[in-house]
Amino acid sequence: MDVKAEILGSYNAKVFKNRKDHILRINKAEAENPEIAANTRAIPGIMTNRGCCYAGCKGVVVGPLKDAVTITHGPIGCGFYSWGTRRNKARPDEDGRNFIQYCFSTDMQEPDIVFGGDKKLRAAIREAMEIFKPRSILICSTCPVGLIGDDIHSVAAEAEREYGITCVAFSCEGYKGVSQSGGHHIANNGLMKRIIGSNDLAPTGKYPVNLLGEYNIGGDGWEVERILRRIGYDVVSVFTGDGSVQAISRAHTATLNLVQCHRSINYVAEMMKTAYGTDWLKVNFIGLKSISGSLRNLAQYFGAEELMERTEEVIAGETAAIADDMAFFREKLQGKTAALFVGGSRSHHYQELLSEYGVSTVLAGYEFAHRDDYEGREIIPAIREDADSKNIEQAEIMKDEKRYRVFLSPQRYEELKNTIGLEDYKGMIRDMPDGTYVVDDLNHFETGVFADLLKPDIFFSGIKDKYVLQKGGTLSRQLHSYDYSGPYAGYKGAVVFGRDLVMGLQAPAWGMVSPPWKINAEKSAAEGQRDSHA
Amino acid sequence: MRQVAIYGKGGIGKSTTTQNLNAGLGEMGKKIMIVGCDPKADSTRLILGGLAQATVLDTLREEGEDIELDLVLKSGFSGIRCVESGGPEPGVGCAGRGIITSINLLERLGAYTEDLDYVFYDVLGDVVCGGFAMPIREGKAREIYIVCSGEMMALYAANNISKGIRKYANTGGVRLGGLICNSRKVDGEADLVGAVAREMGTQMIHFVPRDNMVQRAEINKKTVIEYDPGCAQADEYRALAKKIEGNDMFVIPSPLTQDRLEELLMEHGLMDA
Repeated sequence: MDVKAEILGSYNAKVFKNRKDHILRINKAEAENPEIAANTRAIPGIMTNRGCCYAGCKGVVVGPLKDAVTITHGPIGCGFYSWGTRRNKARPDEDGRNFIQYCFSTDMQEPDIVFGGDKKLRAAIREAMEIFKPRSILICSTCPVGLIGDDIHSVAAEAEREYGITCVAFSCEGYKGVSQSGGHHIANNGLMKRIIGSNDLAPTGKYPVNLLGEYNIGGDGWEVERILRRIGYDVVSVFTGDGSVQAISRAHTATLNLVQCHRSINYVAEMMKTAYGTDWLKVNFIGLKSISGSLRNLAQYFGAEELMERTEEVIAGETAAIADDMAFFREKLQGKTAALFVGGSRSHHYQELLSEYGVSTVLAGYEFAHRDDYEGREIIPAIREDADSKNIEQAEIMKDEKRYRVFLSPQRYEELKNTIGLEDYKGMIRDMPDGTYVVDDLNHFETGVFADLLKPDIFFSGIKDKYVLQKGGTLSRQLHSYDYSGPYAGYKGAVVFGRDLVMGLQAPAWGMVSPPWKINAEKSAAEGQRDSHA
Repeated sequence: MRQVAIYGKGGIGKSTTTQNLNAGLGEMGKKIMIVGCDPKADSTRLILGGLAQATVLDTLREEGEDIELDLVLKSGFSGIRCVESGGPEPGVGCAGRGIITSINLLERLGAYTEDLDYVFYDVLGDVVCGGFAMPIREGKAREIYIVCSGEMMALYAANNISKGIRKYANTGGVRLGGLICNSRKVDGEADLVGAVAREMGTQMIHFVPRDNMVQRAEINKKTVIEYDPGCAQADEYRALAKKIEGNDMFVIPSPLTQDRLEELLMEHGLMDA
């Protein structure tokens, strides 16, 4: 059965023409690394799961920075609905400040639209300074602000002069770009141009690294940091889970950037390479083999004997500590199948962990990834820029002569490129076996067809389709937010993940629910019978 | 109640012409309301004898939702009721949204009373966005006059505005009532404007000659009819008022191509030296 043909057969010519290049059925004999269409406009009305540019900038990248008051400049809805919905956890800094629980918005009203919202933004900043006294304020603009053209950047500059704080404005109006991806890029540009490199306080540890693209959902980042610290790394900053403006202002003092979520943060990794010479390494702290592999690559990078030894010790200890739990859950999960539809990297990251539990992936897709996340970075030069991608600022970064450092010799750099995949990401498609499906920008109709025909035991997705799936009898867990659970990263997280899956599959409550449309169908059939008797 | 919108290139004399012709209609005993739709709020100065009243949007901003109509509606010469929509200072906010907000508010406040014979909307410059088209949307102005002169850019703007009218004419009921030529004393002006009007499918409803009397009256914050009722220019505005009162030619305009517009200019706009 070819689900792709089944889906495309239901579309009219125009939708068919668009969607056919976004859906792949892997056939290695035909193509080892086939091309996929990605990061293009969704068809209006197709019920895409995508979010907006503001969601990518405020919701994902800058929102988790705990020492900044992040003001949503716009009517109240955008601020309210992005309030506390992403489960990016944070602990207060030493000074007790943590603004993560708050929602700051300028609450623009009709007169602010007509007369301009800059006055209200200034007033909001003043109020925030009086009440919270933050060291930094970040401003994220919403659609109407872009339409009326409030000059938020000059308001930010004014606030810096007036209050002596760091104040950065992001023109991340929701309508920009084709998905939240544009917002990640805008956020990356702002952090790079205004915050990274502004504090030269040297790292205290011997092996200083930054953790990029780790948003501490359900405490993932804490588990990863715990492991890194056990081995002896100094985590200078995390972008941006439990992160702070203060920490990332020193990011350039670290030797290496570890990139977890490639899609949302690769811009910072690349720009820091240009400006400060910082190398970057793609890592994956989801799944035992991936974690251990990433840790070994990391030790290789620094090349210190003590690190390599300590790494093996920690890997052995951590793995042994969870071996019984893993085996227990594996026994219950063995042979199950999963579908994954998440943002721009998790659909790849979780396949390894699932396979360690004996669960095979039958479908994997991304909401807002670009072609390089599917096919690997070597195709980047071949990606054609379109009007939508050109509309997102490409920050021009110059080498910072004073702070630029080279850690590796050119020979060692080349060597590590080959051995540990330094500064490379091979993408998801290569890791997917024959017969599986890869789908970009999956929509609700396609989700339904895949659930019906592939019958995965579990469908990992987000809030927008979770309940549609569950009412249809398929277990669904949110891989954006982990529902109310986590962490899933690291060794301990792997066990939590296994436990959650077993809980879901052994209590198949949703399969016992008769959805209303079935009940109604039965009722009307029964009524029809009664009528014919009368 | 006839609702009329006046459009035209910036600086062409829309506000001056509207107020002077309204003075004429007022003399005829008509009950009129003028709604100024320009953020500068200078559409009713001649009727009111100066920039006297608070704008709708300023009042909304300062008083919140609780606005009384008499705060923003003032009567002037010949009992003409005047409202200024107002708007943001140049370079900030959204003047178009302001017009929408303001007209909606006037409706809710009951400004559109049964006894009115005319409501005139004096709209800023070109129809640059949805807000500036608010007065010609469904249920608002049904007839439009475009103020222009024989100058190229004025006619170009008039032609452009007629495109906007055609768009709304197809969905709503708005029609073009004619071009008002506010003379700049350029060569062959009446012929040229008349020819352009004909090709658009409309008429040059009146040719208002250039007269320094208009300037004198303006400096005195008065319409010409109030300032010097006996002068020749006062009669011109009376004539325009009569023509509008009796007008029965309302069309969906057919805008000219740029090439055709330039041809007409060559044909009529160059007098032999």
